[in-house]
Order: sequence, then C-alpha cells, then structure tokens
Amino acid sequence: MKILVFADQKKGKLKKSSFEVLSEAVRLASACGAEVHAALLGSGVKEQAGVLAHYGAKTVHIVDRPELATYINTPFVTAAAAVIEAVKPRVVLFPTSEGIKDYIPALVQKLDGAGITDCCKIKWTGDGVEIERPLMAAKARSTMESSHSLILLTCRAGSFDTNEPNPAAVAEIVEHAATFTDLKQIFKEVLAANTGKISLDEADIVVAAGRGVRDAEGLKLLEELADVLGAALGSTRAVVESGLVSATLQIGQTGKVINPTLYIGCGVSGAVQHTAGMGNSKVIVAINKDSEAPIFNIADYGLVGDLFKVVPLLIEAVKELKKNS
Amino acid sequence: MKIFICCKQVPDVAMTIQIKDGKFISEGMNYVLNAYDASCVEESLVLKEKYGAEVTLVLIGDEAGKEALRKGLAMGADNAFHIMDPALNQIGSQAAAKVLQAFFKGRDFDFILTGKQAQDSDMGLAGGILSEMLNLPYVTNAVGLDMADNKVVVRRQGDEGVEVIHMPMPSLITCSNDMNDPRIPSLKGIMASKKKPMEQLSLADLGLSADEVLRESKKSSLKSFSLPPARKSGAKIEGDAQTLVATLMEKLTKEAKVL
Ligand SMILES: Cc1cc2nc3c(=O)[nH]c(=O)nc-3n(C[C@H](O)[C@H](O)[C@H](O)COP(=O)(O)OP(=O)(O)OC[C@H]3O[C@@H](n4cnc5c(N)ncnc54)[C@H](O)[C@@H]3O)c2cc1C
Ligand SMILES: Nc1ncnc2c1ncn2[C@@H]1O[C@H](COP(=O)(O)O)[C@@H](O)[C@H]1O
Repeated sequence: MKILVFADQKKGKLKKSSFEVLSEAVRLASACGAEVHAALLGSGVKEQAGVLAHYGAKTVHIVDRPELATYINTPFVTAAAAVIEAVKPRVVLFPTSEGIKDYIPALVQKLDGAGITDCCKIKWTGDGVEIERPLMAAKARSTMESSHSLILLTCRAGSFDTNEPNPAAVAEIVEHAATFTDLKQIFKEVLAANTGKISLDEADIVVAAGRGVRDAEGLKLLEELADVLGAALGSTRAVVESGLVSATLQIGQTGKVINPTLYIGCGVSGAVQHTAGMGNSKVIVAINKDSEAPIFNIADYGLVGDLFKVVPLLIEAVKELKKNS
Repeated sequence: MKIFICCKQVPDVAMTIQIKDGKFISEGMNYVLNAYDASCVEESLVLKEKYGAEVTLVLIGDEAGKEALRKGLAMGADNAFHIMDPALNQIGSQAAAKVLQAFFKGRDFDFILTGKQAQDSDMGLAGGILSEMLNLPYVTNAVGLDMADNKVVVRRQGDEGVEVIHMPMPSLITCSNDMNDPRIPSLKGIMASKKKPMEQLSLADLGLSADEVLRESKKSSLKSFSLPPARKSGAKIEGDAQTLVATLMEKLTKEAKVL
C-alpha cells in the first residue's frame, strides 16, 4: 500500500505545511505498513525533490512543466491525476492552500475518489481512515470515516507536528509526463497584493488588524509593530472590506487558517468567523478597549486599552528588548 | 442569460452550538440561507440589473429548506426548484453534487453559481465536483464577477493575490462572501416572493435512483460530532498603557517565553 503526499511550494521553496503533512503521512504509514511517496507539481521544482526525502518520502514524483508556472486549475488537475494514476496510492494527503482548495474537487471527481477537506486528525482503522475536522466556523468537530478505494484528504494548517529531517536520506526521483490539452480557462494576471514581507501562513508571529485600527494611520502603527517583531501582518474581514488591506491578509473562515506561536490582535472583536482561523495560535494577545469583547474569552493575555496608546509603547518596548538581546 | 444558484439551508453558526452524545442538537437553532450562497444571489442580481438575466435557485433539503429559497426569491431571484426526497436526508457534498448533476442534465444555462463552502460543513467540494461531473470549466473562491466579449471574467482570491481569470460559458463559479454584501429583502420583495414559482422535485423526477446517491454518500460517512477542546483564557490586564505594556512584555518574555 502507498500513501502519497502532494507537497506545496512557493517561488521555489517548499512550504512548512508540506513538511507537516509529510510527517503525518510517515506516522500514518507506520500504523498501516504503507510506503510514503511524495509528489511535486510546478515549473522548475526539481531541485526541491531531495528535501522531501529528508522528511521521509521514499520516492518523489515530479511533474515539472511550464504550464504549471502560474496557478490555474485545469493543468494542476491533469498533472495530479497523472501522478495518482501512475502511483496508485490508497490515501493521498494535501496541505491546504487556495490553489489546492481550488483543484481538489475536480481531482476527487475525476478519479472517483472520496474527498474530505480540512482534516486535523487522521487515524488508520484497518480498512480505511478515520479523521477529525473542525466545522461550523471551528465551533464543532466531526469524526468521519472512509474505507473507499482512493481517499483524498486535505490537512488543516498547523494540525500536525513536523518530524526532525534526516539530511542523509535520499529518494528515488520519478518524472512524469502529463498531456496538457483543453485548457479550460485563460489566466490573465495576478493583481499583486500588499502581502507584507513575511507570508501570513508561514509566520511565527502574526499581528492582526481589526476595525479598531480605523484608518491608514492606525494600520501603519500595526505595520510598524509587525516590523519590529519580525511578524506577518494579518487582518479581519472588516479591515479588508474597508479597503485598507487586500483579502490575502484575511484570517478566518473565509480567509486563511494560521497557527503562529504568537498572535496579537489589535482592535479585533473576536467574531467566530475570525477565531475560526486563529484559535489554534499558541499564545493569543488581544488589545481591545472594550473589556467585554469576545476575543478576551480566548486570549491568554487580554489588554483592556486603547490600541493607539498601547501599540506605540509596545513598539518601543520590543525595540528595547531586541537591542538588549 | 440564465443563471442557476445552488443553495443550502444551514444552521446559524453564530448561535451556540450544542452537541450531546456525539449528536448535533438542532432544536432551538435558527436555519438560514448559507451566507456564501446569499453572495451568489446578490452577484447574480447585479448581473441581471446590468445585462438582463433569469435567476433560478435550486436547493436540496427538507420542508424547512423552502424558507431559504423564499429568502433568495425575496432578494430578487425569479424562480426556484426544491429537491426533496426521504433518500436525501443529511447528504454530504459528493452526494449533493450527484443530485445536482441529475438536475442540470438537459437544462440550458449560462452559468451555475455555488457557495465556496457550506457554513455548516465548511467542506468546499460540491461546486467543483459538480462542474467536473458536468464537464464545465470552473473557478472557486470568486470575489468578483463580470462579463466581457461573451466570457465570464472572474476575480478569485488566490494565494498571492487576486487572480483574474476568463472563462467561456457555460461554466461554474464558487463565490466567497468577500464578493459583496447581500441585500436585505425589502417588504415588497418579501410579498412578491410568495407569488414566485417554486417547483418541487423528487429523485424520481430527476431520473436518479437512491442507489446512485448512496454510492456517493458511502465514499465517506459522518460518525459523530464533538466540541473542540475549550481554550482557557488568561486574566485580563487592566491599567494605564504603561502598565499594560510592561505587564505584557514581562509575561511574553518570562512566562510564555515567546519573545
Ligand atoms: C460567512 C461569513 C464569513 C466570514 N469570514 C470572516 C473571516 O474569514 N475573517 C474575519 O475576520 N471575519 C469574517 N467574517 C466577519 C465577522 O463576522 C466579523 O464581522 C469580523 O471579524 C469583525 O471584524 P473586527 O473584529 O475587525 O470588527 P468589529 O467586530 O467591528 O470589532 C472592532 C473591535 O475594535 C475595538 N476597538 C475600536 N477602537 C479601538 C481602539 N482604539 N483600541 C482598541 N480597540 C478598539 C472594538 O471594541 C471592537 O471590539 C465573516 C462573516 C460571515 C457572515
Ligand atoms: N443541499 C444542497 N442543495 C443545494 N446546493 C448545495 C447543497 N449542498 C451544497 N450545495 C452547494 O455547494 C456549495 C458548497 O457546499 P459544500 O461542498 O458542501 O461545502 C454550497 O455553498 C451550495 O452552493
């Protein structure tokens, strides 16, 4: 039996979610005596194949083609299906990204598989898998089971621990050809987003802006805080709606799921649709002037105060700390 | 232009969720039109105002599901189909797509809109699966929609920013609520909705057997519900800004050790 993991990469670098999922695949494989394979789709991605071996892939399958340089679903469905049909795995694991969320439904259907998204626990049952996943804006969890002949699962970011890599491990690399015909959509352009220097889903520290930041000046304050902390900037939907930031920064049910070591929400009320995306942060700090704000119910450190007074002092304090260390 | 919108009725997730013995307690819950589907309705009404269109809703659900359809009609959709069958209780995304495939067979349309996900399951599969079944091009997570040169111009929220994609018609688009703010039905709209056509269909009407639906349902099954491990909050920190920052820095460096 084989377990296949699709790794995700960005601009020639594997994302940390790929290692989380691969590590979980190794644990799952040892429970059911399976072999772990990895796959990588993209353009100019060959060099990254070796790293997947360090995390336990015995064989790495590559589709390296110019058609996969910019994301659009049709060629990715074609390439992923070609690899799955050649490898014949029982279980296929994916990290989560907007690209993967986009192409997985067609892939599931094309291969007549069973599809479950956003898994946060995976167990081998003997004749299939049992998974857990959050639902209803992460206010509940469900347990699901599948014993279908081909099971495709996407994994929720931050749900699985990453194993120590073994830099001595090597994998067999297999290149796959895929025939790209019938491009159904035409990609025009990516309207570049003000995503900041550090990517939100990879960041160790996230500073999140809520409606309380009010305007561009308030936002600048948070950008400065993010800067001194080496943090990524994120936001609530209210701030995206106001046009202050791009939706690429949105955290929550509609936006991104993040799991940083430290989350600092400023002027964020803590609506369930927002907490659905950040409730797994290791340490949650909230700065809000309303002592009844729901975010205080999940904050480890809840500062009741005006962010316009607190954040400037916090910036100075962090600068001081960095200077002394 | 003919636009179809797939609608699901879902519990209002803003309310307290109760789970007992692994079961979801539906008593006392309000049921609403899935917010992402409401965004589909809003977007088609804007297209209708701009280019002229017939906007049709289709929902698989029990008797109560009619209310979600009424909501869409009150917003301004033209007519609705209600697919109701005892064999369709609690179906998942893959089975829902199968039923919708049967519904769309032989029907004429320019595009189908679905929500990016159902607010209750947060699964996000039915739209894309349906389009593959119907062999249609599709784009998910749309935040903008327009037409140009007989093509749909979709703006989708991708990993690096907003991707602009052109698609021929017919095609399928799954919508984010970041697309728009769904209008609140007016009193006039609510009155008018009562006279709008709503046709009820059974599986037999769709020419689909319960077994064909079951084949999809059996691919995965929902065993039980639970509440996520509760997160304990720490004490609130109060005082002037200086005190707040000094306390926080102390806690983050010495207690949590994250700085
Ligand atoms: C289907 C659906 C999906 C959604 N998806 C998402 C999602 O993915 N992400 C998301 O974030 N939201 C999402 N939402 C919206 C969500 O319900 C909330 O409306 C949103 O999160 C509120 O953002 P906010 O906390 O910034 O604003 P508000 O709720 O308005 O809160 C602002 C807070 O700032 C505080 N404040 C004001 N001034 C100051 C000050 N000077 N100093 C300190 N504090 C101050 C206030 O006390 C208040 O608590 C979704 C909604 C729906 C219906
Ligand atoms: N029972 C249903 N009836 C009609 N449409 C549905 C149903 N279930 C799901 N859908 C559509 O599919 C979308 C995604 O659902 P899901 O894949 O289950 O998260 C929803 O937003 C609806 O547009």
